[in-house]
Amino acid sequence: MAEDQKMIKMIIQRQDEPEAQPYEEEFDIPYRDNMNVISALMEIRRNPVNAKGEETTPVYWDMGCLEEVCGACSMVINGKAMQSCTALIDQLEQPVRLEPMRTFPVTRDLAVDRSQMFDSLKQVKAWVPIDGTYDLGEGQRMPESKRQWAYELSKCMTCGVCLEACPNVNDNSDFIGPAALSQVRLHNSHPTGEYHKAERMEALLDEGGLQNCGNSQNCVQSCPKGIPLTTSIAALNREATVHSFKSFFGSDYHV
Amino acid sequence: MADNKEFFNRRLHSFLGVFPIGLFLMQHLVVNHFATYSPEAFNNAAHFMENLPLRILLEFGLIYIPLLFHAIYGIYIAFTAKSNLKRYGYFRNWMFMLQRVTGVLTLIFVVWHVWETRLAYAIYGTEINFDLMADILSSPFMFWFYIIGVISAVFHFANGLWSFCVTWGLTVTPKSQKFVTYVTLGVFVIFSYMGIASLISFAF
Repeated sequence: MAEDQKMIKMIIQRQDEPEAQPYEEEFDIPYRDNMNVISALMEIRRNPVNAKGEETTPVYWDMGCLEEVCGACSMVINGKAMQSCTALIDQLEQPVRLEPMRTFPVTRDLAVDRSQMFDSLKQVKAWVPIDGTYDLGEGQRMPESKRQWAYELSKCMTCGVCLEACPNVNDNSDFIGPAALSQVRLHNSHPTGEYHKAERMEALLDEGGLQNCGNSQNCVQSCPKGIPLTTSIAALNREATVHSFKSFFGSDYHV
Repeated sequence: MADNKEFFNRRLHSFLGVFPIGLFLMQHLVVNHFATYSPEAFNNAAHFMENLPLRILLEFGLIYIPLLFHAIYGIYIAFTAKSNLKRYGYFRNWMFMLQRVTGVLTLIFVVWHVWETRLAYAIYGTEINFDLMADILSSPFMFWFYIIGVISAVFHFANGLWSFCVTWGLTVTPKSQKFVTYVTLGVFVIFSYMGIASLISFAF
Protein backbone atom coordinates (compact mmCIF):
# COMPACT_ATOMS: atom_id res chain seq x y z
CA MET A 1 0.00 0.00 0.00
CA ALA A 2 2.77 2.43 0.95
CA GLU A 3 4.42 1.90 -2.45
CA ASP A 4 1.70 3.23 -4.73
CA GLN A 5 -0.06 5.47 -2.22
CA LYS A 6 -2.08 8.11 -4.10
CA MET A 7 -1.50 11.62 -2.76
CA ILE A 8 -3.66 14.74 -2.72
CA LYS A 9 -1.90 18.05 -3.35
CA MET A 10 -3.28 20.92 -1.32
CA ILE A 11 -2.22 24.57 -1.37
CA ILE A 12 -3.48 26.30 1.73
CA GLN A 13 -3.43 30.01 2.39
CA ARG A 14 -2.40 30.43 5.99
CA GLN A 15 -2.33 33.30 8.40
CA ASP A 16 -0.98 33.05 11.92
CA GLU A 17 -3.10 35.74 13.53
CA PRO A 18 -5.70 38.38 12.52
CA GLU A 19 -3.18 41.09 11.56
CA ALA A 20 -0.47 38.79 10.17
CA GLN A 21 0.54 38.53 6.50
CA PRO A 22 -1.04 35.55 4.72
CA TYR A 23 1.29 32.98 3.14
CA GLU A 24 0.85 29.78 1.16
CA GLU A 25 1.84 26.34 2.31
CA GLU A 26 1.69 23.13 0.26
CA PHE A 27 0.74 19.74 1.61
CA ASP A 28 0.77 16.21 0.22
CA ILE A 29 -1.92 14.18 1.89
CA PRO A 30 -2.36 10.42 1.54
CA TYR A 31 -5.58 9.69 -0.33
CA ARG A 32 -8.36 7.59 1.12
CA ASP A 33 -11.67 6.72 -0.52
CA ASN A 34 -14.55 9.21 -0.15
CA MET A 35 -12.47 11.94 1.48
CA ASN A 36 -13.83 15.42 1.95
CA VAL A 37 -11.78 18.57 2.50
CA ILE A 38 -12.23 18.31 6.26
CA SER A 39 -10.85 14.78 6.45
CA ALA A 40 -7.84 16.02 4.47
CA LEU A 41 -7.41 18.87 6.96
CA MET A 42 -7.71 16.38 9.82
CA GLU A 43 -4.91 14.38 8.24
CA ILE A 44 -2.72 17.53 8.33
CA ARG A 45 -3.67 18.03 11.94
CA ARG A 46 -2.66 14.43 12.68
CA ASN A 47 0.65 14.81 10.90
CA PRO A 48 1.55 18.51 10.46
CA VAL A 49 4.30 18.15 7.87
CA ASN A 50 4.24 20.25 4.66
CA ALA A 51 5.13 19.14 1.14
CA LYS A 52 8.80 20.03 1.69
CA GLY A 53 8.88 17.58 4.58
CA GLU A 54 9.18 20.32 7.19
CA GLU A 55 7.36 20.17 10.51
CA THR A 56 4.72 22.95 10.63
CA THR A 57 1.82 24.10 12.78
CA PRO A 58 -1.48 22.29 12.14
CA VAL A 59 -3.84 24.20 9.85
CA TYR A 60 -6.68 25.77 11.80
CA TRP A 61 -10.29 25.81 10.60
CA ASP A 62 -13.81 25.97 12.02
CA MET A 63 -16.33 23.15 11.89
CA GLY A 64 -19.44 22.02 13.65
CA CYS A 65 -22.06 19.69 12.27
CA LEU A 66 -20.14 18.05 9.40
CA GLU A 67 -23.40 17.71 7.44
CA GLU A 68 -23.90 21.14 5.85
CA VAL A 69 -26.41 22.59 8.27
CA CYS A 70 -24.27 24.77 10.58
CA GLY A 71 -22.25 26.79 8.05
CA ALA A 72 -19.16 27.03 10.26
CA CYS A 73 -16.74 25.21 7.95
CA SER A 74 -17.27 27.53 4.94
CA MET A 75 -14.10 28.49 3.08
CA VAL A 76 -12.95 29.32 -0.44
CA ILE A 77 -12.17 26.06 -2.22
CA ASN A 78 -10.63 26.34 -5.69
CA GLY A 79 -11.85 29.93 -5.94
CA LYS A 80 -15.44 29.42 -4.83
CA ALA A 81 -16.86 29.68 -1.34
CA MET A 82 -18.52 26.51 -0.06
CA GLN A 83 -18.66 24.20 2.94
CA SER A 84 -15.56 22.07 3.38
CA CYS A 85 -17.64 19.21 4.84
CA THR A 86 -19.54 18.61 1.60
CA ALA A 87 -16.60 19.44 -0.68
CA LEU A 88 -15.56 15.96 -1.81
CA ILE A 89 -11.94 15.46 -2.86
CA ASP A 90 -12.96 13.22 -5.77
CA GLN A 91 -14.95 16.09 -7.26
CA LEU A 92 -12.24 18.72 -6.89
CA GLU A 93 -9.54 19.66 -9.34
CA GLN A 94 -6.02 19.25 -7.94
CA PRO A 95 -4.09 20.92 -6.50
CA VAL A 96 -6.92 21.81 -4.13
CA ARG A 97 -6.58 25.45 -3.14
CA LEU A 98 -7.99 26.49 0.22
CA GLU A 99 -8.37 30.09 1.32
CA PRO A 100 -10.39 31.75 4.07
CA MET A 101 -13.44 33.85 3.08
CA ARG A 102 -11.65 37.21 3.09
CA THR A 103 -14.90 39.16 3.06
CA PHE A 104 -14.80 38.50 6.79
CA PRO A 105 -12.00 39.21 9.27
CA VAL A 106 -9.68 36.18 9.35
CA THR A 107 -9.01 34.93 12.86
CA ARG A 108 -6.48 32.27 11.89
CA ASP A 109 -5.69 30.22 8.75
CA LEU A 110 -9.09 29.21 7.33
CA ALA A 111 -11.25 30.42 10.21
CA VAL A 112 -13.13 33.69 9.91
CA ASP A 113 -15.26 35.81 12.21
CA ARG A 114 -18.82 36.00 10.86
CA SER A 115 -20.13 38.27 13.64
CA GLN A 116 -21.22 40.90 11.13
CA MET A 117 -23.85 38.50 9.80
CA PHE A 118 -25.36 38.00 13.22
CA ASP A 119 -25.30 41.75 13.81
CA SER A 120 -27.17 42.20 10.52
CA LEU A 121 -29.84 39.73 11.61
CA LYS A 122 -30.26 41.82 14.75
CA GLN A 123 -30.41 45.00 12.67
CA VAL A 124 -33.29 43.73 10.54
CA LYS A 125 -35.07 42.09 13.50
CA ALA A 126 -34.97 38.62 11.98
CA TRP A 127 -37.01 36.92 14.68
CA VAL A 128 -40.64 36.57 15.74
CA PRO A 129 -41.16 38.39 19.06
CA ILE A 130 -43.42 36.33 21.30
CA ASP A 131 -42.03 37.12 24.73
CA GLY A 132 -44.06 39.54 26.75
CA THR A 133 -45.76 40.15 30.06
CA TYR A 134 -48.72 37.92 29.18
CA ASP A 135 -49.32 34.71 27.25
CA LEU A 136 -49.99 35.48 23.61
CA GLY A 137 -51.75 32.17 23.15
CA GLU A 138 -51.45 29.93 20.15
CA GLY A 139 -50.19 31.37 16.91
CA GLN A 140 -52.19 31.42 13.69
CA ARG A 141 -52.02 28.42 11.41
CA MET A 142 -50.08 28.71 8.19
CA PRO A 143 -51.25 27.27 4.87
CA GLU A 144 -49.23 24.16 4.02
CA SER A 145 -48.12 25.50 0.63
CA LYS A 146 -46.79 28.62 2.32
CA ARG A 147 -45.07 26.57 5.00
CA GLN A 148 -43.25 24.57 2.35
CA TRP A 149 -42.16 27.77 0.62
CA ALA A 150 -41.06 29.37 3.91
CA TYR A 151 -39.14 26.23 4.84
CA GLU A 152 -36.83 26.80 1.89
CA LEU A 153 -35.98 30.31 3.15
CA SER A 154 -35.54 29.00 6.69
CA LYS A 155 -32.73 26.71 5.52
CA CYS A 156 -30.29 29.64 5.71
CA MET A 157 -27.43 28.69 8.05
CA THR A 158 -25.69 32.09 8.01
CA CYS A 159 -22.66 30.42 6.43
CA GLY A 160 -21.51 33.58 4.65
CA VAL A 161 -21.03 32.06 1.19
CA CYS A 162 -23.44 34.57 -0.40
CA LEU A 163 -21.59 37.48 1.21
CA GLU A 164 -18.27 36.14 -0.04
CA ALA A 165 -19.73 35.83 -3.56
CA CYS A 166 -21.30 39.31 -3.56
CA PRO A 167 -19.18 42.03 -5.22
CA ASN A 168 -21.02 44.68 -3.20
CA VAL A 169 -20.09 43.23 0.20
CA ASN A 170 -16.58 44.50 0.90
CA ASP A 171 -14.50 46.94 2.92
CA ASN A 172 -15.83 49.92 0.94
CA SER A 173 -19.49 49.24 1.65
CA ASP A 174 -21.80 48.68 4.60
CA PHE A 175 -24.01 46.26 2.67
CA ILE A 176 -25.40 43.63 5.05
CA GLY A 177 -25.60 41.09 2.21
CA PRO A 178 -28.25 38.76 0.79
CA ALA A 179 -28.66 36.39 3.77
CA ALA A 180 -30.19 38.94 6.14
CA LEU A 181 -32.42 40.36 3.40
CA SER A 182 -33.95 36.98 2.73
CA GLN A 183 -34.57 36.52 6.46
CA VAL A 184 -36.70 39.67 6.43
CA ARG A 185 -38.85 38.09 3.76
CA LEU A 186 -39.12 34.89 5.80
CA HIS A 187 -40.10 36.61 9.03
CA ASN A 188 -42.46 39.05 7.32
CA SER A 189 -44.31 36.07 5.85
CA HIS A 190 -44.82 34.39 9.21
CA PRO A 191 -48.40 34.94 10.50
CA THR A 192 -47.14 36.27 13.85
CA GLY A 193 -43.91 37.74 12.52
CA GLU A 194 -46.03 39.78 10.12
CA TYR A 195 -47.08 42.04 13.06
CA HIS A 196 -43.62 43.61 12.89
CA LYS A 197 -43.45 43.94 9.13
CA ALA A 198 -43.19 47.73 9.11
CA GLU A 199 -40.39 47.77 11.69
CA ARG A 200 -38.39 45.25 9.69
CA MET A 201 -38.98 47.23 6.53
CA GLU A 202 -37.64 50.39 8.20
CA ALA A 203 -34.56 48.50 9.36
CA LEU A 204 -34.15 46.90 5.95
CA LEU A 205 -34.01 50.28 4.22
CA ASP A 206 -31.56 51.71 6.71
CA GLU A 207 -27.86 52.31 5.91
CA GLY A 208 -26.31 49.22 4.28
CA GLY A 209 -29.69 47.68 3.56
CA LEU A 210 -31.63 46.36 0.60
CA GLN A 211 -30.80 49.28 -1.70
CA ASN A 212 -27.15 48.21 -1.85
CA CYS A 213 -27.94 45.16 -3.95
CA GLY A 214 -26.36 45.53 -7.40
CA ASN A 215 -28.06 42.49 -8.96
CA SER A 216 -24.91 40.55 -9.79
CA GLN A 217 -26.94 37.51 -8.63
CA ASN A 218 -23.83 35.60 -7.55
CA CYS A 219 -25.59 34.88 -4.25
CA VAL A 220 -28.31 32.73 -5.73
CA GLN A 221 -25.74 30.84 -7.82
CA SER A 222 -23.58 30.18 -4.76
CA CYS A 223 -26.06 29.43 -1.97
CA PRO A 224 -25.39 25.85 -0.82
CA LYS A 225 -29.00 25.57 0.31
CA GLY A 226 -30.47 26.72 -3.00
CA ILE A 227 -32.36 29.57 -1.33
CA PRO A 228 -34.02 31.81 -3.96
CA LEU A 229 -32.15 34.87 -2.65
CA THR A 230 -32.61 37.07 -5.70
CA THR A 231 -36.33 36.33 -5.77
CA SER A 232 -36.50 37.36 -2.11
CA ILE A 233 -34.59 40.53 -2.90
CA ALA A 234 -36.81 41.45 -5.86
CA ALA A 235 -39.94 40.73 -3.82
CA LEU A 236 -38.64 42.96 -1.03
CA ASN A 237 -37.85 45.62 -3.63
CA ARG A 238 -41.50 45.51 -4.66
CA GLU A 239 -42.62 45.84 -1.03
CA ALA A 240 -40.12 48.65 -0.47
CA THR A 241 -41.55 50.49 -3.47
CA VAL A 242 -45.06 50.30 -2.02
CA HIS A 243 -43.78 51.08 1.48
CA SER A 244 -41.83 54.14 0.31
CA PHE A 245 -44.79 55.53 -1.62
CA LYS A 246 -47.11 54.97 1.33
CA SER A 247 -44.74 56.67 3.76
CA PHE A 248 -43.18 59.30 1.51
CA PHE A 249 -44.66 62.11 3.62
CA GLY A 250 -44.70 60.07 6.83
CA SER A 251 -47.17 57.31 7.52
CA ASP A 252 -50.07 56.34 9.71
CA TYR A 253 -49.75 52.64 8.82
CA HIS A 254 -48.54 50.40 11.58
CA VAL A 255 -48.27 46.97 10.01
CA MET B 1 -39.15 56.11 5.09
CA ALA B 2 -35.90 55.36 6.81
CA ASP B 3 -34.09 58.36 8.20
CA ASN B 4 -30.99 57.88 6.12
CA LYS B 5 -30.84 59.12 2.56
CA GLU B 6 -29.21 56.03 1.05
CA PHE B 7 -32.45 54.32 0.07
CA PHE B 8 -33.85 57.53 -1.39
CA ASN B 9 -30.65 58.30 -3.31
CA ARG B 10 -30.39 54.80 -4.76
CA ARG B 11 -33.98 54.81 -5.92
CA LEU B 12 -33.62 58.31 -7.32
CA HIS B 13 -30.50 57.18 -9.17
CA SER B 14 -32.39 54.23 -10.65
CA PHE B 15 -35.42 56.35 -11.55
CA LEU B 16 -33.47 59.17 -13.21
CA GLY B 17 -31.51 56.67 -15.31
CA VAL B 18 -34.73 55.81 -17.14
CA PHE B 19 -36.83 58.98 -16.66
CA PRO B 20 -35.66 61.29 -18.13
CA ILE B 21 -32.10 60.23 -19.07
CA GLY B 22 -33.02 57.01 -20.86
CA LEU B 23 -35.87 58.67 -22.68
CA PHE B 24 -33.57 61.49 -23.71
CA LEU B 25 -30.98 59.01 -25.00
CA MET B 26 -33.59 57.29 -27.17
CA GLN B 27 -34.87 60.62 -28.48
CA HIS B 28 -31.30 61.73 -29.21
CA LEU B 29 -30.52 58.57 -31.18
CA VAL B 30 -33.77 58.88 -33.12
CA VAL B 31 -32.96 62.46 -34.11
CA ASN B 32 -29.42 61.44 -35.07
CA HIS B 33 -30.76 58.66 -37.21
CA PHE B 34 -32.15 61.30 -39.62
CA ALA B 35 -28.51 61.69 -40.68
CA THR B 36 -28.81 58.38 -42.52
CA TYR B 37 -31.46 59.92 -44.82
CA SER B 38 -29.63 63.10 -45.77
CA PRO B 39 -27.75 66.03 -44.19
CA GLU B 40 -30.85 68.21 -44.68
CA ALA B 41 -33.10 65.71 -42.91
CA PHE B 42 -30.71 65.73 -39.93
CA ASN B 43 -30.43 69.51 -39.88
CA ASN B 44 -34.22 69.86 -39.96
CA ALA B 45 -34.66 67.38 -37.11
CA ALA B 46 -31.90 69.03 -35.05
CA HIS B 47 -33.36 72.48 -35.63
CA PHE B 48 -36.78 71.24 -34.58
CA MET B 49 -35.28 70.14 -31.25
CA GLU B 50 -33.36 73.41 -30.97
CA ASN B 51 -36.55 75.41 -31.35
CA LEU B 52 -38.58 73.59 -28.71
CA PRO B 53 -40.17 76.05 -26.29
CA LEU B 54 -38.41 76.71 -22.96
CA ARG B 55 -35.37 74.90 -24.30
CA ILE B 56 -32.99 76.00 -21.54
CA LEU B 57 -35.48 74.87 -18.90
CA LEU B 58 -35.92 71.51 -20.65
CA GLU B 59 -32.18 71.07 -20.94
CA PHE B 60 -31.50 71.79 -17.28
CA GLY B 61 -34.57 70.05 -15.85
CA LEU B 62 -34.55 66.96 -18.03
CA ILE B 63 -30.89 66.56 -18.95
CA TYR B 64 -28.15 68.39 -17.06
CA ILE B 65 -29.36 68.17 -13.46
CA PRO B 66 -30.62 64.56 -13.59
CA LEU B 67 -27.51 63.52 -15.51
CA LEU B 68 -25.21 65.22 -13.03
CA PHE B 69 -26.83 63.46 -10.09
CA HIS B 70 -26.88 60.12 -11.90
CA ALA B 71 -23.21 60.48 -12.87
CA ILE B 72 -21.86 61.57 -9.49
CA TYR B 73 -23.85 59.06 -7.46
CA GLY B 74 -23.08 56.44 -10.11
CA ILE B 75 -19.34 56.89 -9.70
CA TYR B 76 -19.77 56.38 -5.97
CA ILE B 77 -21.74 53.16 -6.62
CA ALA B 78 -19.24 51.92 -9.20
CA PHE B 79 -16.28 52.33 -6.89
CA THR B 80 -17.90 50.63 -3.89
CA ALA B 81 -18.05 47.37 -5.89
CA LYS B 82 -15.16 44.93 -5.85
CA SER B 83 -14.98 42.77 -8.96
CA ASN B 84 -14.83 39.01 -8.44
CA LEU B 85 -15.39 38.03 -12.08
CA LYS B 86 -12.34 35.79 -12.04
CA ARG B 87 -13.89 33.57 -9.42
CA TYR B 88 -17.56 34.04 -10.26
CA GLY B 89 -17.79 34.37 -14.04
CA TYR B 90 -21.58 34.14 -14.23
CA PHE B 91 -23.58 36.05 -16.85
CA ARG B 92 -25.23 38.44 -14.40
CA ASN B 93 -21.92 39.13 -12.67
CA TRP B 94 -20.50 40.13 -16.08
CA MET B 95 -23.49 42.43 -16.63
CA PHE B 96 -22.94 43.86 -13.14
CA MET B 97 -19.32 44.76 -13.88
CA LEU B 98 -20.02 45.92 -17.44
CA GLN B 99 -22.74 48.21 -16.09
CA ARG B 100 -20.11 49.92 -13.94
CA VAL B 101 -17.43 50.00 -16.64
CA THR B 102 -19.79 51.36 -19.32
CA GLY B 103 -21.11 53.89 -16.83
CA VAL B 104 -17.65 55.38 -16.37
CA LEU B 105 -16.89 55.16 -20.13
CA THR B 106 -20.19 56.86 -20.92
CA LEU B 107 -19.44 59.64 -18.47
CA ILE B 108 -16.05 60.32 -20.06
CA PHE B 109 -17.68 60.31 -23.48
CA VAL B 110 -20.59 62.52 -22.46
CA VAL B 111 -18.32 65.11 -20.83
CA TRP B 112 -16.32 65.37 -24.04
CA HIS B 113 -19.42 65.31 -26.22
CA VAL B 114 -21.14 68.09 -24.26
CA TRP B 115 -17.98 70.18 -24.36
CA GLU B 116 -17.53 69.72 -28.09
CA THR B 117 -21.13 70.38 -29.09
CA ARG B 118 -23.28 72.10 -26.48
CA LEU B 119 -20.65 74.19 -24.67
CA ALA B 120 -18.86 75.13 -27.88
CA TYR B 121 -22.22 76.44 -29.06
CA ALA B 122 -22.82 78.35 -25.83
CA ILE B 123 -19.33 79.86 -25.68
CA TYR B 124 -18.17 80.24 -29.27
CA GLY B 125 -21.55 80.14 -31.01
CA THR B 126 -20.50 77.10 -33.07
CA GLU B 127 -23.44 76.07 -35.22
CA ILE B 128 -24.70 72.55 -34.53
CA ASN B 129 -25.36 70.83 -37.82
CA PHE B 130 -24.44 67.88 -39.99
CA ASP B 131 -21.15 69.49 -41.10
CA LEU B 132 -19.92 69.96 -37.53
CA MET B 133 -20.40 66.25 -36.79
CA ALA B 134 -18.95 65.25 -40.16
CA ASP B 135 -15.89 67.34 -39.36
CA ILE B 136 -15.43 65.84 -35.86
CA LEU B 137 -15.93 62.28 -37.05
CA SER B 138 -13.60 62.58 -40.05
CA SER B 139 -10.77 61.84 -37.63
CA PRO B 140 -10.51 58.05 -37.18
CA PHE B 141 -9.66 58.46 -33.50
CA MET B 142 -12.79 60.50 -32.81
CA PHE B 143 -14.88 58.12 -34.90
CA TRP B 144 -13.89 55.16 -32.74
CA PHE B 145 -14.17 57.23 -29.59
CA TYR B 146 -17.76 58.01 -30.57
CA ILE B 147 -18.49 54.38 -31.49
CA ILE B 148 -17.28 53.20 -28.08
CA GLY B 149 -19.09 56.04 -26.33
CA VAL B 150 -22.41 55.37 -28.06
CA ILE B 151 -22.26 51.60 -27.52
CA SER B 152 -21.34 52.14 -23.84
CA ALA B 153 -24.22 54.54 -23.36
CA VAL B 154 -26.73 52.22 -25.05
CA PHE B 155 -25.48 49.19 -23.11
CA HIS B 156 -25.64 51.11 -19.85
CA PHE B 157 -29.19 52.15 -20.66
CA ALA B 158 -30.41 48.72 -21.80
CA ASN B 159 -28.88 46.81 -18.90
CA GLY B 160 -29.92 49.60 -16.55
CA LEU B 161 -33.48 49.08 -17.74
CA TRP B 162 -33.17 45.46 -16.63
CA SER B 163 -31.96 46.38 -13.15
CA PHE B 164 -34.57 49.16 -12.97
CA CYS B 165 -37.22 46.44 -13.33
CA VAL B 166 -35.66 44.48 -10.45
CA THR B 167 -34.98 47.50 -8.26
CA TRP B 168 -38.58 48.70 -8.40
CA GLY B 169 -39.94 45.20 -7.97
CA LEU B 170 -41.50 44.94 -11.43
CA THR B 171 -39.75 41.65 -12.19
CA VAL B 172 -39.62 39.34 -9.18
CA THR B 173 -39.44 35.79 -10.51
CA PRO B 174 -36.39 34.41 -12.33
CA LYS B 175 -38.63 33.77 -15.35
CA SER B 176 -39.75 37.39 -15.59
CA GLN B 177 -36.16 38.57 -15.14
CA LYS B 178 -35.03 36.30 -17.95
CA PHE B 179 -37.81 37.60 -20.19
CA VAL B 180 -36.72 41.18 -19.56
CA THR B 181 -33.11 40.17 -20.28
CA TYR B 182 -34.21 39.35 -23.82
CA VAL B 183 -36.27 42.53 -24.12
CA THR B 184 -33.33 44.68 -23.02
CA LEU B 185 -31.04 42.77 -25.37
CA GLY B 186 -33.41 43.88 -28.14
CA VAL B 187 -33.22 47.49 -26.90
CA PHE B 188 -29.43 47.25 -26.94
CA VAL B 189 -29.27 45.88 -30.49
CA ILE B 190 -31.80 48.32 -31.98
CA PHE B 191 -30.38 51.49 -30.45
CA SER B 192 -26.77 50.44 -31.02
CA TYR B 193 -27.64 49.93 -34.67
CA MET B 194 -29.26 53.37 -34.87
CA GLY B 195 -26.31 55.05 -33.18
CA ILE B 196 -23.67 53.34 -35.30
CA ALA B 197 -25.61 53.90 -38.53
CA SER B 198 -25.81 57.64 -37.73
CA LEU B 199 -22.09 57.85 -36.93
CA ILE B 200 -21.24 56.13 -40.21
CA SER B 201 -23.48 58.54 -42.14
CA PHE B 202 -21.76 61.52 -40.51
CA ALA B 203 -18.26 60.19 -41.11
CA PHE B 204 -18.44 58.75 -44.61
